Amino acid sequence: MNSIGEECTELKKKYDDCFNSWFSERFLKGDHDDSMCAGIFKVYQECVKKAMKQQSIDFKEVDKDVLGTDNEFKVPPSESSS
Amino acid sequence: MARYYENTTTFNYSWEQVARGYWKRYPNPQSTHVLSEDTWSRQVKDGCLYTKRLLTKTNRVPKWGERFFSAKSVKIIEESVVDPDKKVLVTYTRNLGYTKVMSVVERVEYRPSGPGQTIAKRSAWIDSQVFGFSRAIRAFGLDRFRKNCNQMVSGFNHVLQGMFPRAPAAHAPPVAHALKEMREAAAAARATASALAPVQRS
Repeated sequence: MNSIGEECTELKKKYDDCFNSWFSERFLKGDHDDSMCAGIFKVYQECVKKAMKQQSIDFKEVDKDVLGTDNEFKVPPSESSS
Repeated sequence: MARYYENTTTFNYSWEQVARGYWKRYPNPQSTHVLSEDTWSRQVKDGCLYTKRLLTKTNRVPKWGERFFSAKSVKIIEESVVDPDKKVLVTYTRNLGYTKVMSVVERVEYRPSGPGQTIAKRSAWIDSQVFGFSRAIRAFGLDRFRKNCNQMVSGFNHVLQGMFPRAPAAHAPPVAHALKEMREAAAAARATASALAPVQRS
């Protein structure tokens, strides 16, 4: 898959590979130390943020959390239970 | 009022497999509309993995919708939480920008259901605030979402199949191989026998 910034795609692939093996081999097995991919993530992030800035993406909107907050949409009660 | 839609899908893969496959969903033959995918933030908190990703997708709208939606692509924010102990993966997706024209919010919860099976409960809210057109836009959005659902599922299944080949498919080649070997051995034996036959006769 491509990155939003063409120049970041190589970094993204490297990071994704690292993340996917961390997720399978460590995280799902109970090891929650996420330092394994921290280095490559930082470099990749810098690239993506620069690319997003060039495309004038609103960082504030992206940063906003919805999942797990009061703003999250709630599933309406089903008809059988109401 | 936003239009609400929900459906449930069962994947014939364990929850761990679905969770692992989730990050590799794109690209797949059904995802040609997904242009890019990036991780914006990621952290482990209280044993759960929180991720926020930014996706860009092509924006396919009918002719009448072009006056509201001229953008060729749309940006999507995907938040997710993976709880490996409770075995729950929740994803929450919303479009970035153009939310007054049409906002599509999708929440999917993946949980184990029986051995080697995962159930995905999908909820979606589709809204529009364009005066005089909101009903039509909501109906269009809902219809497009419904159609995309099937594609999402078959695309995800395609990726899962590639990562974790199904048992019958995995067993088929060895059986076929064994049969081929047996046939070859039989043919070789016949050839040997017929070669030997004249010798024995004489």
